[in-house]
Amino acid sequence: MYAQLVETGSKRLKTLEEMSPEEREFQQKIDAETKIEAKNWMPDGYRKTLIRQISQHAHSEIVGMLPEGNWVTRAPTLKRKLQLMAKIQDEAGHGLYLYSAMETLGADRDEEVQKLHDGKAKYSSIFNYPTLNWADMGAVGWLVDGAAIVNQVVLQRTSYGPYSRAMVRICKEESFHQRQGYQILLDMMREGTQAQKDMVQDAINRLWWPALMMFGPHDDESPNSQQSMAWKIKRKSNDELRQMFIDQTVPQLEFLGCTAPDPDLKWNEERGHYDFGEIDWKEFYDVLKGNGPCNRERLATRKKAIDEGAWVREAAVAYAKKQQQRAVA
Amino acid sequence: MSDQHALQEYLLRLADSAMILGQRLSELVGKAPALEEELASTNVALDLIGQARNWYEYAAELLDDGRDADQLVFLRDAHEYRNLLLVEQPNEDYAFTIARQFFYDVWHYHTLTRLVDASDDRIAGIAAKAVKEATYHLRRSSEWVRRMGDGTDESHRRIQDAFDVLWRFTGELVTADDIDQAMFKAGIGPDPEQLKQDWHNTVREVATQATLTTGAEDAWMYLGGKRGEHTEHLGHILAVMQFLPRAYPDATTW
Repeated sequence: MYAQLVETGSKRLKTLEEMSPEEREFQQKIDAETKIEAKNWMPDGYRKTLIRQISQHAHSEIVGMLPEGNWVTRAPTLKRKLQLMAKIQDEAGHGLYLYSAMETLGADRDEEVQKLHDGKAKYSSIFNYPTLNWADMGAVGWLVDGAAIVNQVVLQRTSYGPYSRAMVRICKEESFHQRQGYQILLDMMREGTQAQKDMVQDAINRLWWPALMMFGPHDDESPNSQQSMAWKIKRKSNDELRQMFIDQTVPQLEFLGCTAPDPDLKWNEERGHYDFGEIDWKEFYDVLKGNGPCNRERLATRKKAIDEGAWVREAAVAYAKKQQQRAVA
Repeated sequence: MSDQHALQEYLLRLADSAMILGQRLSELVGKAPALEEELASTNVALDLIGQARNWYEYAAELLDDGRDADQLVFLRDAHEYRNLLLVEQPNEDYAFTIARQFFYDVWHYHTLTRLVDASDDRIAGIAAKAVKEATYHLRRSSEWVRRMGDGTDESHRRIQDAFDVLWRFTGELVTADDIDQAMFKAGIGPDPEQLKQDWHNTVREVATQATLTTGAEDAWMYLGGKRGEHTEHLGHILAVMQFLPRAYPDATTW
């Protein structure tokens, strides 16, 4: 999940009676599964929540290029280098696509990026973890894209049309990335040396819990979820999504011949789900507050790229203006 | 020097130049000056490394010494690399990145338009696909040279500086040696004199539009990349790029 703890501005749901006629009509549309489009009336809170969520999602795609960018110059074969570059390029494309969806709500890309650089906007906590060995490129694809897909498949039915349509396209590419990531790990586990197998297990040990954190806090610790669910921006709760992810991922983990760093992980026949241990929530909130291993580096890198690129963008604008004047003259 | 040897060397030059420039561009992933540039720059890098792979695969067949394309990339040392010195120069600022790209693209485009008609079918086939990509690369880098040159005072100063500093590496693009001559005679490579003229004409045309000056044709030029004598930069590029296969020599699959 690329958006965690999105503020909705409301702590309690309004009843239909408490709503204004416009709000009531809006809610009835939502309840009838009619998509909301850019030109439709919408409550201010709905608009703001969506801007926050979509911008967080877009920022996550952009910051998410960096942990993989860390290995792109060191990819070990031509095939893996081309795959990794294409994957990162897809992420830039997703970012662009999501910023466009966000702009349909009246927000401005540059302003939202500025909020990110000022530390006022969030991105997914997962990208604040370092990528320390090559197998991380497999594990990120498998676990991180995998967790994102679980969330995004549901978001294809989100109530806001442009966001929903962006998700349809993004999901297709993410599924491809996930399979590619898994294949990296599978190849190393099946045909690799012991050193390569150790890399795979090490990558899983480090990324397992952070991947589970991507779904956000427990439902009862998630004050904004109720409103987001009522607006059908969110369609399933954090805990539901996390369980879905674990249930689909554990068999894949076993197929790899690897283990998860969770002694409590086991199949529960009665529930028909896997049980799993408690997430270290202190770590989760620490990372969200900026105290993850790479928060500072990730933001500094993005900020540097945009700051140092300012003269390039200014040149493009100045040149376009001159061209326009010449065309008129 | 046999024709076979000349052809192998020539293929490695084409492959290594595309590979090393692609590697330089991959250093910028996640760090482009705008999101749209992120996409465009990665596109170019993907094209170049994809082309390099095609050239390497052909070179590996001709070399026939058991090495495949990956081994040519990841297990040769700097003195065995045959790329142009220009492409191993560092990214510095985006003006350097663009100037380097532009000088290369002009050479690449004019070379490929000739290779399309090479007497060697395999080369003609690879070039036919590559020239479409290189045409776009040249259009893009020319446009950026114009934007920077005729943009703001700062962008003009930066791109002019990059042109001045990188100029000494451009002579190698159009200075033919025995290999280039042999390839021309074999009906494969471009006519060296023609290539030189075409390169200068295109560069001057775009530079003029961009209000930039270019160095003299008879300026002192730094040569050597094509015969394996490189600048200090290449060793560092390879140290990064070849790290995994070198550190884990027993690994046969990744």
